[in-house]
Amino acid sequence: MAVRTLSIDGKDIAVEAGTSIMDAAKEAAVPIPKLCHLEGLTPVGACRLCLVEIEGLNKLLPACVTEVWEGMVIHTQTPKLQEYRRMAVELIFAEGNHVCSICVANGNCELQDVAIEVGMDHSRFPYRFPDRGVDLSHPLFGIDHNRCILCTRCVRVCDEVEGAHVWDVAQRGAACYIVSGLNQPWGEVDACTSCGKCVDACPTGAIFKQGSTTGEKQADADKLEFLYTAREKHQWTR
Amino acid sequence: MDKIRFATVWLAGCSGCHMSFLDLDEFLIDLADQVEVVYSPVGCDLKHYPEAVDVCLVEGAVANEDNLELIYQVRRNTKLLISFGDCAVTANVPAMRNMLRNSAEGVLKRGYLELADANAQLPHAPGIVPELIDRVTPVHEVVPVDIFMPGCPPSADRIRATIEPLLHGQQPEMAGREMIKFG
Repeated sequence: MAVRTLSIDGKDIAVEAGTSIMDAAKEAAVPIPKLCHLEGLTPVGACRLCLVEIEGLNKLLPACVTEVWEGMVIHTQTPKLQEYRRMAVELIFAEGNHVCSICVANGNCELQDVAIEVGMDHSRFPYRFPDRGVDLSHPLFGIDHNRCILCTRCVRVCDEVEGAHVWDVAQRGAACYIVSGLNQPWGEVDACTSCGKCVDACPTGAIFKQGSTTGEKQADADKLEFLYTAREKHQWTR
Repeated sequence: MDKIRFATVWLAGCSGCHMSFLDLDEFLIDLADQVEVVYSPVGCDLKHYPEAVDVCLVEGAVANEDNLELIYQVRRNTKLLISFGDCAVTANVPAMRNMLRNSAEGVLKRGYLELADANAQLPHAPGIVPELIDRVTPVHEVVPVDIFMPGCPPSADRIRATIEPLLHGQQPEMAGREMIKFG
């Protein structure tokens, strides 16, 4: 086994050749912020949050898709990186329509967490307010493109783990969006096994379980009757 | 020493941030000892924003001509302007109408014509109802802002942690989940 020795934020470590900087940092217990990276899926370097500085190189490299080399000296928390990371998160917020207060993922969202991590108290970039759609054609799940950050975790988990390959990315640049099947409504895609892996992999509230929003809650009068019967007649029957 | 001249204003928001401000409970009594409330929808009856204000909490996004006029006046007459809550910081829910073609006409047509059940007509009351501006924006896109306090609404604890240091001439540290989480 070929070994590479390197240093991450002053910690000297030795890892197997072919290891990514991200995995090496994990071994050295150095946290690197990330959004598009999900262990077990092929890394793609889409979100740019894991950029690191390497001594002797004048460009920043994404830790998730860069393999370590011998004698590498890596810095993960320089002022330059912190500024770029905050900028990247602000751009993600400005690009889509991320309204935390009305989102199903509020309080349980990786984008929200990473905003706190990079110290984003506001966006210095003007919001785009793009016109994006919502697809609720699937009986169990929904996708709200307003909240999508195009990390492609859903695309990869469906292809590489479930093997169904329901998702893809359509268009280019700012017009990019996630499509199901051949750009069909999700509910009409036969390949979908309804396994829900994309829901679990989504870092934001873009892919969610139906019935989880406040507006969808249904009044259930039977519950009151059940409680009443239980309390007054000591019968716990439905 | 003169008391700190303190104000709060309410632009395009639901007033939830002001309700959260009232949640400061007994700290409001301490605050009242140390500041003079010179303008506020919940703490003062004055109708015109005064001169020489030291600190102002601004709730809400900028969505109409009235908001625009008031925020320019606030900036001119205020030393320290705090964007108070998600609507002021990100434009939040009021800005969701920007997705309708980024135009006041677009949102009015959608709301009053396309979605009308009966008597579809555009509202028109010049001089009474302020005109909508085309694009709802966060406060800092219109005037410079000194401190950003996100939250929908910011909790009373967050509000206190932001304004208490200011009373002692110090800057609050706006960092960490307790202080800057959106939503």
